[in-house]
Amino acid sequence: MLPSYARSLGKKALTQKKALGLISNAKNNYATEAAFETKPFRLHNLEQGPGTNVTLTRDDALKFYNQMHTIRRMETSAGNLYKEKIIRGFCHLYSGQEAVAVGIKAALRPHDAVITAYRAHGWSHIMGVPPLGVLAELTGRQSGCARGKGGSMHMYTNNFYGGNGIVGAQVPLGVGLALAAKYKGTDGVAVALYGDGAANQGQVFEVYNMAKLWDLPCIFVCENNGYGMGTSAERAAANTAYYTRGDVIPGIWVDGMDVLAVREAARFAVEHCATGKGPVVMEAATYRYSGHSMSDPGTSYRTRDEIQEVRQTRDPITSFKEKIITANLVTAEELKTIDTEIRSVVDEATKKAKADKEIAMEELTADISSLPLEQYIRNISPFDPLPHKRIGEAVNFK
Amino acid sequence: MASIKPSSLLNLASRTLNRRQFSFTTPAAAKQMTVRDALNSALDEEMTRDDRVFIIGEEVAQYDGAYKVTRGLWKKYGDKRVIDTPITEMGFSGIAVGAAMAGLRPVCEYMTFNFAMQAIDQIINSAGKTFYMSAGKINCPIVFRGPNGAAAGVAAQHSQCYGAWYAHCPGLKVISPYNAEDCKGLLKAAIRDPDPVVFLENEILYGVQYPMSDQALAEDFVLPIGKAKVERPGKHITIVAHSRAVETSLLAANELSSKGIEAEVINLRSLRPLDFNTITASVAKTHHLISVEQGWPTAGIGAEILARIMETEAFFQLDQPAIRLTGVDTPMPYTKSLESAALPVPKDVVEAAKKLLKIK
Repeated sequence: MLPSYARSLGKKALTQKKALGLISNAKNNYATEAAFETKPFRLHNLEQGPGTNVTLTRDDALKFYNQMHTIRRMETSAGNLYKEKIIRGFCHLYSGQEAVAVGIKAALRPHDAVITAYRAHGWSHIMGVPPLGVLAELTGRQSGCARGKGGSMHMYTNNFYGGNGIVGAQVPLGVGLALAAKYKGTDGVAVALYGDGAANQGQVFEVYNMAKLWDLPCIFVCENNGYGMGTSAERAAANTAYYTRGDVIPGIWVDGMDVLAVREAARFAVEHCATGKGPVVMEAATYRYSGHSMSDPGTSYRTRDEIQEVRQTRDPITSFKEKIITANLVTAEELKTIDTEIRSVVDEATKKAKADKEIAMEELTADISSLPLEQYIRNISPFDPLPHKRIGEAVNFK
Repeated sequence: MASIKPSSLLNLASRTLNRRQFSFTTPAAAKQMTVRDALNSALDEEMTRDDRVFIIGEEVAQYDGAYKVTRGLWKKYGDKRVIDTPITEMGFSGIAVGAAMAGLRPVCEYMTFNFAMQAIDQIINSAGKTFYMSAGKINCPIVFRGPNGAAAGVAAQHSQCYGAWYAHCPGLKVISPYNAEDCKGLLKAAIRDPDPVVFLENEILYGVQYPMSDQALAEDFVLPIGKAKVERPGKHITIVAHSRAVETSLLAANELSSKGIEAEVINLRSLRPLDFNTITASVAKTHHLISVEQGWPTAGIGAEILARIMETEAFFQLDQPAIRLTGVDTPMPYTKSLESAALPVPKDVVEAAKKLLKIK
């Protein structure tokens, strides 16, 4: 990282910005905007990529910090709930990868769509599900965003289509979202996320092909955290430069631990897709601190030292925090206050998610079909069939 | 078994029975139409009615469809709404499902359902389950269609019925139409339905002409999904079938009629939901039941029907055990004589009926 903070800008730049009234707020004595230099992007089939000189407003600094920190805090809480055996089954934590979701979301417009894989908690939150909606979904309770019926891997909200538990299957669906945007004639784009493990699924290549063939506005995002479960990228892929694997599709490699770099790459990709130039493959180099899922201590295929080193040198939150404090966009005290607020919000949500009720037994047979053709659903025995109930909004009913 | 009624057929031989032809809604005057054209007109009408409807699949556009079901539609509606895909079932199925989740109404064509096995995850896990997993938020209005079941001389990988596979899965609606009227009315219903529908056509029947009533020719002709049709009324034995096996059963019923046996033939039309009420009403009248299908026996559609009979009061209506006629429990051979022996023919149905009715 080669930060170029506002403070260290040349005098000329400072004067100009001051003249525009952008740089500081006299009363509170902090900058309202700062410039930073990101790591260079790597490009594939692109003559020009995103710029490495990026600016960040104080408001965005606070927002990104808040979002990343909320995800981290939520995931820590999820890990604890799992250890307490309140969360069952699968639980894949996003800790370490926060900058990818936050950076991409910062570049999206309200009508852009997102779909991801089973590591969905962070994305669900960023797309609009409050911490209680995520945590109660994890505990399988009624306040969950899918009323507790989906669980860890299946969360949904407006323009967010999950949460798919079948590795790689979400990628064609994402291209379908892009096809729909183009079909409807909006300039919307779709973001289809997958890991370095899923990047080897055949269907991903099938839809690279069609997305480019038809120039669909799809941003393929490979969140390369280094491991598909316990198999390192190098042991799974003959070509680990995932941003090049779309063949004729332009690709961008971005430091996925730097929220500003991710936002810049995503802005570039959105612009590319929304102006009819077809898809982009974006590889975000990131890292997951936890094991693949809760049953994986994550230490048999990598060392504790490796994890420690990433935490100390590349952590997306710590590095961002240092950056925005040094740039005088925020003060350490302000961030401390935010930390306390987040802690209280997530703790409160956790408490509620634990105490919340599960949905009523009658919902076992609710929402199997949006237009149910059978009034009754067979029970375990034929003797007491269960009525089919309709509850959800069925967004595509009409 | 104490409460089984005595046979209602004791005096059968002495009865005077009319020999019947196939029973159609409006015989003689009705216009004839092939199954292929009926499907084509359903697609055409629905594409005109709703601009969210589009067709996606291999060879559906410029080639006019591998089996010509989409003939002329590309010329009429253009590239946007009739989309030729590369040979990539899993990919284009997922794209179609994603487009449905985003509010479009895709009709996803498989050149045959054998190839849909490459995409079955997208059909079941993505299309069939998302509505439930999202607690009723995201429904998926999509039709998966194409020829299903055994064709002729195409060997094991291209001769298989997927009726039972898809009918097994909650969240899907499954249609297995028989004739032109079925195809038109049910395909239109499938396209209008807000949930994922698997629509299993039959290759052999594509070119067969059936009468179309005036109602069936109309643009607003839609048949209800989940309702069976009594193709031929009868009182001595019930024969339940779907797809091409309906034809087999009607031919058998014709022959049985000449021997004084009036078989009631039920065309299931839908496999999920299964119209069990129509079956039990018939069994209550005939007290004998045969299911006929081209699919395999184990965990098949007939197995499901018979199991449901066993579980209900309908069981007490039976004078004889209900039986299944199915494809032989083997992959399909290419060998012509063996292939013929692998699927039920009218003679099998006639013999089974005579056996159940204890008639020589």
